[in-house]
Amino acid sequence: MTIQFQLNGEALSLDVPEDTPLLWAIRDHAGLTGTKFGCGIGMCGACTVHLNGRATRSCITTVGSVSGQQITTIEGLDENGEHPLQQAWVEAQAPQCGYCQSGQIMQAATLLEDFPNPTDEQINQVMSGNLCRCMAYIRIRKAIHLAAGSNESSSAGSPQFFEPGQEEMSNA
Amino acid sequence: MIKKILSGLIVIALVVAFLIIWKPAIDETDRPSADSFSQDQIAKGKIVAGLGNCASCHTSDPSKPLAGGVDFPTPFGTLYSTNISPHPEKGIGTWSEEAFVRAMREGVSRDGSHLYPAFPYTHFTKVTDEDLSALYAYVMSRQAVDYQGPDNQLGFPFNLRMLQAGWKTLFFDGERFQADDSKGDAWNRGAYIAEGLGHCTACHSPRNAFGAEIEDEAYNGAVVDNWYAPALNTTHAAPVPWTEDELFQYLRAGGSKWHGIAAGSMSSVVHKGLTEAPDDDVRALAIYFQDLTGADNNAKAAEVATSHVSQAQDMTDPTTRSGEEIFSSACASCHYNAPSSLKAARPELSLNSAVTAPDPVNLLRITLHGIDEPTGLRGLAMPGFGPGLSDADLIALAQYLRQSSGQPPWENMEQHVQDARQL
Repeated sequence: MTIQFQLNGEALSLDVPEDTPLLWAIRDHAGLTGTKFGCGIGMCGACTVHLNGRATRSCITTVGSVSGQQITTIEGLDENGEHPLQQAWVEAQAPQCGYCQSGQIMQAATLLEDFPNPTDEQINQVMSGNLCRCMAYIRIRKAIHLAAGSNESSSAGSPQFFEPGQEEMSNA
Repeated sequence: MIKKILSGLIVIALVVAFLIIWKPAIDETDRPSADSFSQDQIAKGKIVAGLGNCASCHTSDPSKPLAGGVDFPTPFGTLYSTNISPHPEKGIGTWSEEAFVRAMREGVSRDGSHLYPAFPYTHFTKVTDEDLSALYAYVMSRQAVDYQGPDNQLGFPFNLRMLQAGWKTLFFDGERFQADDSKGDAWNRGAYIAEGLGHCTACHSPRNAFGAEIEDEAYNGAVVDNWYAPALNTTHAAPVPWTEDELFQYLRAGGSKWHGIAAGSMSSVVHKGLTEAPDDDVRALAIYFQDLTGADNNAKAAEVATSHVSQAQDMTDPTTRSGEEIFSSACASCHYNAPSSLKAARPELSLNSAVTAPDPVNLLRITLHGIDEPTGLRGLAMPGFGPGLSDADLIALAQYLRQSSGQPPWENMEQHVQDARQL
């Protein structure tokens, strides 16, 4: 079955079963390996990408469930790799082994959309599903605070879903 | 003498039964040409068809619109919706407007046979002449689809259509909608849509052993097709009563920040049927249902929501800690909220209708299987966690959420989980 969606702004058309994990499409079909495979059951966050600007676990999200939608990976978060979170990541020297960081950054980008100036508690709660086996949590939290302070509205990951009560829907 | 009286009574009884059961066939007509209807009428009929959500039950394959074939498992067997496209043999192409109106209002097919009340003629009988006329124009100007769905699979005696006549004498009054003069126009418009075309109680009310809606339990909520259709009156367990504005947002966009997201059978009501309706009609429905829920104003509701979510987040209970840990790992990234700024796109589970429902089926189905993008709020999807969560995990999570919503634990969860995994 042919499934189409936008990956980092470019149309991707795949002839795969509907229940193929989005992560497979991203890594094996599109060849974008910045998104990582961790647990495969949506419990670690390493595979986090954006569906219309919102974090989702790509290992358990099927391609059939996101047909026609906009998917953004770490490669597409900012064309120069200079998203405020990416800059903050460097500044805070957040990563250690680095395996979880693309998922951490994608999750944090949604966090900052919903909580522009998050408290420690809010960061802990929203980021708790993104595991870091190097235990870099303190620096990750610091980097998120840094990014929140440097730029309250991130650019590439702006949401394209309809929040009821908003006047209009921003269709991509 | 007694014998004569008895046989007389039997004859009378048979005649009465015959008169109740027997309905004449209405002659076939040629399908009216599309240009015999005005464009205005067809356009109006499209809205009427949307309010009735005809297409959802009468379309099993999007390439065969209105051609039927959708299965309806009931306690009496499985019914299949019929082809209502204007195909002359397989659809209703030879039905005159008179035959169409009789089917809608009396549940009698053109050939005189009784229809089963899975087709909600018990509601459509309330619809005005004008709306039925527009609906006829719309349906008859659709594409004729050459498709015949499967035959009904009903055991004896439910396969005898004439017995439906008895059902009707017990459970069907056939009255047109009566406006309530003590209420405003918008309320009455909402009531007309909800009780007539919208046939909301068909899913949201419990049914008796004969499959008829229980009138004095209207809108008390019911499980239909393995989804729980929540109560829409004051028996609703929602911590925040449904206000007009939230009802409007939910019915228009498919989600409410205080209640959750339209999924299951409700998804097509919002995203297919009601999309045709103007804002005024959706607002009218919201006004009508706010009256049923007895909700206060939005400001008051917002206070209740904030305080409820704060309490849920402060809750510490060792007995539900494993569920709380699963929530932190698997759910909080999308479902954790700041109590004072809730968003529909981050459904707050301590307020969510799937969590407060008396039946856990909605929560279990969504957790296991997720929600596809086109089903819930547009642009959003939730993945299914079925492979990652064991039955014990799922139960722990469900009971933790249940407690955070202020409701008692669900019972028989092992069975519920096993059932939900099969759906």
